[in-house]
Amino acid sequence: MENKQQQEERLLEEVTSSEYKYGFTTNIESDTIPKGLSEDVVRLISKKKNEPDWMLEYRLKAYNVWLTMEEPDWANISYKKPNYQDIIYYAAPKTKPVLNSLDELDPEMKKTFDKLGISIDEQKRLANVAVDVVMDSVSVATTFKETLKEKGIIFCSISDAIKDYPDLVKKYLGTVVPNRDNFFSALNSAVFSDGSFCYIPKGVKCPMELSTYFRINESGTGQFERTLLIADEGSQVSYLEGCTAPMRDENQLHAAVVELIALDNADIKYSTVQNWYPGDKNGNGGVFNFVTKRGVCHNNAKISWTQVETGSAVTWKYPSCILKGDNSIGEFFSVAVTNNRQQADTGTKMIHLGKNTKSTIIAKGISAGKSDGNYRGLVKIVKGASNSRNFSQCDSLLMGDKCGSHTFPYIEVNNDSSQVEHEATTSKIGEDQLFYCNQRGIGTEEAIALIVNGYCKDVLNQLPMEFAVEAQKLLEISLEGSVG
Amino acid sequence: MLKIENLNANVESTPILKGIDLTVNAGEIHAIMGPNGSGKSTLSSVIAGKEDYEVIDGLMTFEGKDLSELDPEERANAGIFLSFQYPVEIPGISVANFIKTSVNAKRKSLGKDPVSASELLKLMREKMSLLGIKEGYISRNMNEGFSGGEKKRNEIFQMAMLSPKLAILDETDSGLDIDALRIVANGVNKLRNKDNATIVITHYQRLLEYIIPDYVHVLYDGKIIKSGDKSLALELEEKGYDWIVKDTK
Repeated sequence: MENKQQQEERLLEEVTSSEYKYGFTTNIESDTIPKGLSEDVVRLISKKKNEPDWMLEYRLKAYNVWLTMEEPDWANISYKKPNYQDIIYYAAPKTKPVLNSLDELDPEMKKTFDKLGISIDEQKRLANVAVDVVMDSVSVATTFKETLKEKGIIFCSISDAIKDYPDLVKKYLGTVVPNRDNFFSALNSAVFSDGSFCYIPKGVKCPMELSTYFRINESGTGQFERTLLIADEGSQVSYLEGCTAPMRDENQLHAAVVELIALDNADIKYSTVQNWYPGDKNGNGGVFNFVTKRGVCHNNAKISWTQVETGSAVTWKYPSCILKGDNSIGEFFSVAVTNNRQQADTGTKMIHLGKNTKSTIIAKGISAGKSDGNYRGLVKIVKGASNSRNFSQCDSLLMGDKCGSHTFPYIEVNNDSSQVEHEATTSKIGEDQLFYCNQRGIGTEEAIALIVNGYCKDVLNQLPMEFAVEAQKLLEISLEGSVG
Repeated sequence: MLKIENLNANVESTPILKGIDLTVNAGEIHAIMGPNGSGKSTLSSVIAGKEDYEVIDGLMTFEGKDLSELDPEERANAGIFLSFQYPVEIPGISVANFIKTSVNAKRKSLGKDPVSASELLKLMREKMSLLGIKEGYISRNMNEGFSGGEKKRNEIFQMAMLSPKLAILDETDSGLDIDALRIVANGVNKLRNKDNATIVITHYQRLLEYIIPDYVHVLYDGKIIKSGDKSLALELEEKGYDWIVKDTK
């Protein structure tokens, strides 16, 4: 038997040799525009998408704001800043087929899904999930539209929404994440190519989980997704977003914006499983994931963010809740795994504006290899938000001794009647735990998976069933070979 | 079944075991007694294969297989079970889930398919009633917030589920009140048969009133200095360890 030192050496070897499982590209003819960003490019994108003038104006305004901004560098991550003139800002599969069923799907694309293990047919049949597939920025397949239509639910690409539901888009787009909010949101507003739009009418409970699979597929294409989800008064919806990406050599920029609006008494549950290409063992390649996700809660409304983050070379992401209405509730449940050279600076912001507002934060970080995981969170309770409450729990689990984990909690409470609780722990997977599992016949790799799943249970439990299983598998894959 | 010859083992280069000889056959119960620091727990850890312990000399075979070539999980799947003195907590993992994982790991090592949920539940119920364990218990997280007695009972429950060939009970009586002790001991007795063997490691004779050993060994300073039948345990209780130490010097 090898000694501990040798085992640890081997562990590091294995960690660094664990390859990204979904690295492949699909040969689909794409319609791209030249590299670089300028007012002309913004106009071209808008034109290619046949957008109305108001949308073009919106984009141009955002572009001009972006020009005045600088890329932020306050996060605890270091990366080579992308050259924004070296990125292609638009790529769409050349033909955009209108599909009534998945049989009409491009065989190449079908193959991609098969490789990912996503059988849409199966999902349609078994899981009752409507899947709006975003492939390189343009939706090519939308299912279950009819069922949703009966309830008055709109679930479509944002491009379609701009054409078909301009009033809703105009009314809400940019209200939660304004153009000038940050560098990446401004960029996204200028060049977003597609994304999802969802509207749940008053009092309607969405009968199925709404799900979108995002993928990045055109080499060198930045992905700028835009999601707008509006839950009207008293409605309820659960939205799933999951993603995987083909292996790439160069860094891929991803700067998505997600806006959620929960009107009075509405309830939105937004779940993400993120598994983009994290780069190779030396930190080359990999997706840069700079995401702005934010929701606003009106009176008695609730927004719950759940995320399982295992991919990307660099993650910069803070799904947040603005608890504007009285008695509104915000929740954030997160598992963030970093391995090899991955870096993550992720967390949430809970802004309590209304009275009797409540927020819960459960963040679980797992760091392995030479990675760095950071939790950054803000809990702000304004003067008028009397009797508000927050509970935060931030745990870190370290594997090996070459990784790092940091917690940056910011707490601002401006009244006497509110209560904030913060708990934080850092632990290592104990030798004793591993030996105990080993002694019960469970091999070390499986033991790690078991312990990690137990550690993440509070978060995984928040995910819809099918997603939870997928997330568990993903955790196992991400940490494969990370123990000796 | 288990044969140990001239076993010498170190912990961080300090010799703890200094030439142990022990043979355990199927159907037998062996008690190993000795004062604190005599090497009792080290012996159980070395048999189970804990990596902090360095075997520097000697031979351990289990059913003819050289144990030094087996990882801890391989030893477990070969039929060696260690009831821990201090069972660890595994937060977020239910007793049922843990046992399922463990049972399936063993089945996998034997080339068998995973057990079905209904079959497993049936077996769990059977063993739970044998050990007087309440239904809700298996959905609690492994050892989290368990009392001392509950932890030990959990060990014996796992033992019942895995039906090992050789069970090593490391200080299973420590921290147990008399009722818990009786329950645990009854469980061990019920699980006993002619094909399995048990090594009971204990400080006190108390447990041996319930689990009657065929052999009693006295471990002192890393060596077995005296072996006998159950009357030896009684003698130790009465006179302490000193007289044997003096006798053998």
